[in-house]
Amino acid sequence: MKKTFALRELDCAMCAAKVEKAVQAVPGVQSATVNFVLQKLTLEADDAAFDEVLARVRKAVPRAERGCEVL
Amino acid sequence: MSRRQKRTLLSILLSAALFTVALFLQEGSLRMVLLLAAYALSGWEVLLEAGRNILRGEVFDENFLMAIATVGAIVIGEYPEAVAVMLLYQIGELFQSYALGKSRRSIAALMDIRPDTATVERDGTTAVLSPEDVAVADVLVIKPGERVPLDGVILEGTSALNTAALTGESAPRDVTVGDEVISGCVNQSGLLRVRVTKPYSESTVSKILDLVENASVKKAKVENFITRFARVYTPLVCALALLLFVIPSLITGDARTWGERALSFLVVSCPCALVISVPLTFFGGIGGASKRGILVKGSNYLEQLADAEVVVFDKTGTLTEGAFRVTLVHPELVSEQELLRLAATVESYSDHPISRSIRAHYHLPVDIQELANVQEIAGQGVTASLAGRTVYAGNEALMNAIGVAIPVCPHLGTIVHVAQDGTYLGHIVIADQIKATSKEAIAALRREGVRKTVMLTGDAKPVADYVAAELGLDEARAQLLPADKVAEVEALLSETRQRGRGRLLFVGDGVNDAPVLTRADVGVAMGALGSDAAVEAADVVLMDDDPRKLALGMRIARRTLSIARQNIIFALVVKALTLLLVAVGLANMWLAVFADVGVSFLAILNASRALNVRA
Repeated sequence: MKKTFALRELDCAMCAAKVEKAVQAVPGVQSATVNFVLQKLTLEADDAAFDEVLARVRKAVPRAERGCEVL
Repeated sequence: MSRRQKRTLLSILLSAALFTVALFLQEGSLRMVLLLAAYALSGWEVLLEAGRNILRGEVFDENFLMAIATVGAIVIGEYPEAVAVMLLYQIGELFQSYALGKSRRSIAALMDIRPDTATVERDGTTAVLSPEDVAVADVLVIKPGERVPLDGVILEGTSALNTAALTGESAPRDVTVGDEVISGCVNQSGLLRVRVTKPYSESTVSKILDLVENASVKKAKVENFITRFARVYTPLVCALALLLFVIPSLITGDARTWGERALSFLVVSCPCALVISVPLTFFGGIGGASKRGILVKGSNYLEQLADAEVVVFDKTGTLTEGAFRVTLVHPELVSEQELLRLAATVESYSDHPISRSIRAHYHLPVDIQELANVQEIAGQGVTASLAGRTVYAGNEALMNAIGVAIPVCPHLGTIVHVAQDGTYLGHIVIADQIKATSKEAIAALRREGVRKTVMLTGDAKPVADYVAAELGLDEARAQLLPADKVAEVEALLSETRQRGRGRLLFVGDGVNDAPVLTRADVGVAMGALGSDAAVEAADVVLMDDDPRKLALGMRIARRTLSIARQNIIFALVVKALTLLLVAVGLANMWLAVFADVGVSFLAILNASRALNVRA
């Protein structure tokens, strides 16, 4: 399943790359891209485990870039 | 302003107040305490971030650089310097984030074609649902003023649709029962009941949004250059800063002066201006183009569009209306109606515009009960057996192939000859109108510096020559099979390559020219509103039928690229100058910060110009 989420407080392109890398490293994530201009995260993960993976992603994002959150 | 921005503003104001008070005080411990408090207030976030990054092994980031520079200033006793630099940096960041937010909002506004809700009729009542929850075959009720949420077919009602959000075209499109409606259009006048034909995820509006939002994945060469540049720039400037400190200090023994200069050097070492503004410029350009009904699938295509030198057109549906009309029926041996019936029946499975026009002219429903063995021969026509006899409908080549002699027809147009079991029955003349805007479109392309315009067509040479002369095209190649078109484009491509960096554009209606679209440097599909195949195959999609959009697309592409280049040159020149001034001692840390954040701010403002597209 592929879903798109809005991000908050993503203020630099470098940070976007940092967040993208961090999300890609989360176990269970099949693919992840961050659109810096639109502040969007597109996440792909297994249907069954999606909510679980999403919870991990929500934690990983602010760890990678302080203040940045998945809405 | 976001919460974070407000908080930053507050700490900047407090810090600035403390700083001002401190500057009026005599040297002493109170002054020092105030300065340190001001520094902590404006810089704690930066210091914290820098610390966290070091722990994670990510050194060269802007927080780290600012932390080193200001801590260094404190170590050498320049307290006011440290506070001022941190304050200016925070103010700059605030401006930058504000400007970024503004550009983001205008881009988002451009793409505001997403329908929020859909009103669905179920079990006699209506329910308001999210468009994602609507199923195929559901019946939608769309009131005047509402946006069409999903693609569908009109069951009831007549209205005018505003397609401006999709095509940039302001003239409304009249629709009635049986017509397709495309999501993203706005219903202007009448109440419509629409049967949904596609789920939301496959509806036009979500496809377009998806395409524009993901366009940034395909990066332009300039963008890739920036990424590579940013990777070397920061470490390089840091190394230079170190050298600037070590070598002159050893020679002159004045570690303090050179230490100060080295710290200022660090302040300028962030490539933020480029890293933020260049992608923003391209995105703005793509957003601005989509506003005018030109969808560009990636920044790289924008770059190539700007260098278009040869433009190759498909004729039918691109330069001409593609709406073929039967203009003459010349029967021999059978009645006019019978000739039409035979042709319409054997062509009943074909989606070719010519077949459609014959069916449209025949008016009556065709009886396909006795139709069998329908074979479409590319570039020739159709053969089929009908009521036990073999019927041929096609061009001269087909008639030659079956050995049937044909008369010379003086009329210009596409001629479909009909034969039955080796006997010639007559022919049907079908003509296509040149689009009203085609001539102007070719002239506009020439003004944009396109060197050569070529038309490729499967049609007969007289038709091709007539259209080419009428439009002022440089060349026309006629009677081409789909495979020949690929070969022609290949030849033109290699010729263009030999001449230099010019690019070849192929423009088609996207229905059956997918191979050519992918082969050209930039494949452009026209009139693609509602045609999925075209949107898939092309690099650039013109939502409406107007070929003048090509020249407009080129102008947008060039403007976007020139803004990106302006930003790159501006940022690099200012940074290089600042580094030079700092190195020789003509600029201090204040000026360095100003140069750093000021450039970013101006570059973002400049990037937001890419959004504004003039006609």
